[in-house]
Amino acid sequence: MTIEELEQIQESVRAESAKFDFEVNVCMDLACSSQGSDKLRDALVKAAEASGKKVLVRRTGCMGPCSSGPLVRVDPEETLYKHVTAGHAEAIVSSLGGEPVPALQCDLREHFDKQVRVVLENAGHIDPEKIDDYISREGYKALMTALMEMTPNGVIHRITESGLRGRGGGGYPTGLKWSTVSKAGGDMKYVVCNGDEGDPGAFMDRSVMEGDPHRVLEGMAIAAYAVGASKGFIYVRAEYPVAVARLTTAIREARRRGLLGSNIAGTTFSFDVEIRLGAGAFVCGEETALIASIEGKRGTPKPRPPYPAVSGLWGRPTLLNNVETYANVAPIVRNGGKWFANMGSERSKGTKVFALTGKIANTGLIEVPLGIKLWEIIDVIGGGVPDGHKLKAIQTGGPSGGCIPADMMDLGVSYDALMAAGSIMGSGGMIVMDDTSCMVNVARFFIEFCMTESCGKCIPCRAGTAQMYTLLTRICEGTATMDDLEMLEDLCSTVKEASLCGLGQTAPNPVLSTLKYFRNEYIEHIQHKRCLAGVCNIQAPVEVMA
Amino acid sequence: MSAFTPPPLPSDDKRWKIVNGTMRKNGFARHALIETLHTVQSSFGYLDDDAIRFVAGSLRVPLSQAYGVATFYHYFSLKPPGKHTITICAGTACYIKGADKLVAAAEKRLGIVPGQTSPDTQISLMTARCVGACSRAPVMLCDNEVAGEVTAEHVLEQLERWAVE
Repeated sequence: MTIEELEQIQESVRAESAKFDFEVNVCMDLACSSQGSDKLRDALVKAAEASGKKVLVRRTGCMGPCSSGPLVRVDPEETLYKHVTAGHAEAIVSSLGGEPVPALQCDLREHFDKQVRVVLENAGHIDPEKIDDYISREGYKALMTALMEMTPNGVIHRITESGLRGRGGGGYPTGLKWSTVSKAGGDMKYVVCNGDEGDPGAFMDRSVMEGDPHRVLEGMAIAAYAVGASKGFIYVRAEYPVAVARLTTAIREARRRGLLGSNIAGTTFSFDVEIRLGAGAFVCGEETALIASIEGKRGTPKPRPPYPAVSGLWGRPTLLNNVETYANVAPIVRNGGKWFANMGSERSKGTKVFALTGKIANTGLIEVPLGIKLWEIIDVIGGGVPDGHKLKAIQTGGPSGGCIPADMMDLGVSYDALMAAGSIMGSGGMIVMDDTSCMVNVARFFIEFCMTESCGKCIPCRAGTAQMYTLLTRICEGTATMDDLEMLEDLCSTVKEASLCGLGQTAPNPVLSTLKYFRNEYIEHIQHKRCLAGVCNIQAPVEVMA
Repeated sequence: MSAFTPPPLPSDDKRWKIVNGTMRKNGFARHALIETLHTVQSSFGYLDDDAIRFVAGSLRVPLSQAYGVATFYHYFSLKPPGKHTITICAGTACYIKGADKLVAAAEKRLGIVPGQTSPDTQISLMTARCVGACSRAPVMLCDNEVAGEVTAEHVLEQLERWAVE
């Protein structure tokens, strides 16, 4: 494969699509397909054949606003249709070339106007199982450019210049990580992609792996070239069978095209990728635990240093990044580090994909420049809290994050601002809560999660989360005292300070942030035996007669 | 030292050949343990003692390690599943939208708690950490088929449909 051959493929895809007057794109991501978008696609194909019009019906990955699904977009007009069923297929096809179907039209201009699509640039535009669709949208051009025109150090310099930080949640500077692995000695190095996405309420990585799998492979190949690795692993949750299937197809197609394998593009660079299945352990999102799991062992973390960059998989230097981080690599190499650094805020560059869910009108996937105000996400992109309820808090960072109260909606979304507010960026789950959510119960939900997911290796996490859960249950049931609250706060700092890995160190965050902003709710439960949101089942206190 | 001979297949059930295939593909390397257990579970529905022994023996992994891995990861089940499985997602978005009411409805109808199978082995009740369909919360999986915006009535209807089969 050469750049010329890539351009030839682009040409032939263009020539192929020129044969059609219209393209009807059907979103077949999980949210839409669970509402019958596969039947819809079949009906569209049938209607298109019957009409005699030149129509290409294409299945695509996630288009974004899942709450309006199943979604269909007609190109070149870019007409978006919502809640489409198989019964609407004929109406859509017969409208082609004329006026759009008014009843199905989806007006989400405000929803899309605030967004900037880098990671999701192909989502909704390509068939994820067709490598040529990806190539036609500049796919693998960055890999070719890197191999032909750049030195490994040049690639690392470009990533460093972009200011990209780890999108898995930690926010470690990606360029620095790459440079550490590249400087590590040894002739065998590994590149690993963390697709474990254990954070409940987040599905960005699933959508990227399912909707644009080659983007992840290209990012990994560029990373491998930059750090001097020849072997890669993608660690994917077993709960994501479609992602596994799409990545398997993508790897096979990339090998067939000579974009993975030996001597890529006639250079001395060789790189291949294997998929490893996770098996349902949240702790495997932690890098040393993930490495143990790839090695076929229980996913228990190890103390660092040594960091995986020096001694990782089978003791070799290992570069470990998250799916979304790799998905940012190709556009950065293609457009330059400065282009990326021009987006975002002072210390948080670029864009971030969020999974917007909970009590919000427009649920789905969004991609926004960092620095954007929270109210812009909630009120403008998200369309606000539905059913006349009042916004109470936004949860970011999953079980490692915290809740940001409604009066802080002017906060700009960046790694540092979220951290200062007592939460974290996390992998990108953003769960909106309204006045029907009890914040003590929310804290208990997350602590129960961490308690169950604690691997048990270190005592502060194993025993501490269990004790915190008992105390929070007492508060929720209305049997706690103010001493219990004091003990809970004490335990928070012990678990935070003394745990071995990120799971335990961040487990108290949901408790600490709700205590910081919603302390009155704790007090209500303890002193007045009341749950103002009406979530906790508090038995009325028995009156003791003298 | 004599060459290693892997243990014989536990029975002439063809599914063992699939399991063996996964191990062969990985050169019987020890790190293929989790991959192989995945193949066992997808072929047989769960991991029983015979399977864990066979895999441990074939990969030369101590039985304690194989059992440790099988019990560490939530995805692996040591008990056979019922004829049908209803899985209610207990991820954050589903929790906020009242997944606990769905679980309670299913528990009451089936008389079992999550992780158990009804005494007639018809239905298993499970909860999931997150299936990634958060935008349509609350979500359930009926034999791996995703359904979104589920109510307690939907859960009961589904359980009724399975009960009359």
